[in-house]
Amino acid sequence: MTHISVKVDGTTYEDDVEPRLLLVHYLRDRLGLTGTPVGCDTSNCGACTVELDGAAVKSCTVLAVQADGSEVTTVQGLAHDGEWTGLQRAFHEQHALQCGFCTPGMIMAARDLLREHPHPTPDEVRQGLEGNLCRCTGYQNIVLAVLAASEQEVTA
Amino acid sequence: MIPPAFDYARPSSVDEAVRTLAGAGDEAKVLAGGQSLLPLMRLRLAYPELVVDVGRIPELRGVREDGDTLVIGAMTTHHDVIADPLVRRHAGLLAAATATVADPAVRHRGTLGGSLAHADPAADLPAVVLALDGELVAQGPGGRRTIPARGFFVDFLQSALAPDELLVEVRIPKADGWGFHYEKFHRVAQAYAIVGVAALVRRDNGQIAETRIGLTNMGATPLRASAAEHALSGAGDPDAVARAADSAAEGTRPARDTAASPEYRAHLARVLTKRAVLAAAGMG
Repeated sequence: MTHISVKVDGTTYEDDVEPRLLLVHYLRDRLGLTGTPVGCDTSNCGACTVELDGAAVKSCTVLAVQADGSEVTTVQGLAHDGEWTGLQRAFHEQHALQCGFCTPGMIMAARDLLREHPHPTPDEVRQGLEGNLCRCTGYQNIVLAVLAASEQEVTA
Repeated sequence: MIPPAFDYARPSSVDEAVRTLAGAGDEAKVLAGGQSLLPLMRLRLAYPELVVDVGRIPELRGVREDGDTLVIGAMTTHHDVIADPLVRRHAGLLAAATATVADPAVRHRGTLGGSLAHADPAADLPAVVLALDGELVAQGPGGRRTIPARGFFVDFLQSALAPDELLVEVRIPKADGWGFHYEKFHRVAQAYAIVGVAALVRRDNGQIAETRIGLTNMGATPLRASAAEHALSGAGDPDAVARAADSAAEGTRPARDTAASPEYRAHLARVLTKRAVLAAAGMG
């Protein structure tokens, strides 16, 4: 067992974990934060994307012990006092989900994309989300939502 | 999928990491960014008894200049390599090729040194560092040694690193004045290259004076397309480039897998070499 201290969505947790425990399993099974799904489990689909110290990572390909001393943000840590972020609102308004399984990862990856490219072109949105798969193939509205969110940030 | 159990060490200096590796014999694996090693462990294709996490060693990160050479810490992430102004100015090929590796989330974790030490011939960066005539610096119990990229990639997933050596930095001669292009052919976004071609071209009076070509996924190791490099000397127009690129697959032994036959890979090597050289030479 290895002792870790990790801040997740604003709360600091101290735990003893097996070194082989993946971050996504730590979030879901130990902390109960099931808003982050396990999709492919082979680092292809991006459904498990979270932020580790402010950068999007696939939490199925990070060990919990690697997050020791770090700050993790999941999709459940985005809203403040029940108020969605502009990006979350845009996903809702543009109907950027069908089954919803990829949505947490899409939103976390899109945050990363908008940090690097605050005003992306449609092509840059598609490139920026290349590591996230939608099994419903509902990409069109996801791209529209990210573009809408970037517009909001311009005018807000 | 859950990795097999292992012991975990997180050294805070290179010296401590090397001592830890030296005490573990053949059973230890170095964990860099984990974007190749962790999937292999989850698939139970790798069973290290000890994982040595070098992710908290600050001296392994960052880019600096040493005269005509760029020195890139082995644990510099792909994301940081792409964004680094020194890399963009003096080794644009490396920045451009790194931007095609996997996807943004993987590039936040994956590292240059980890990708090279993994020695996967299907990965992009081994062929790129080979084309750039890079050198790899390893530290072991007896001190440091420098290994040219040409001697580093020994076989499929096998590098020249000894079990008790840690790759600490990558030295890239500045490629100022060279045109460059990385041409990658893959099935879908974020997939491995079926074949990739890294090209560096130096022109003189409108003609190609010198070319360096690294091939991704054309054998058990990354390869230089030496015959094509020679044939391209003096090429002054696209037709001459196309003729010279016909020798790009000479001396290669590409694998057969679900993505392609050896014959198709040889075809791709010729076509992609032509495209990469034309782009690098500004003739495209």
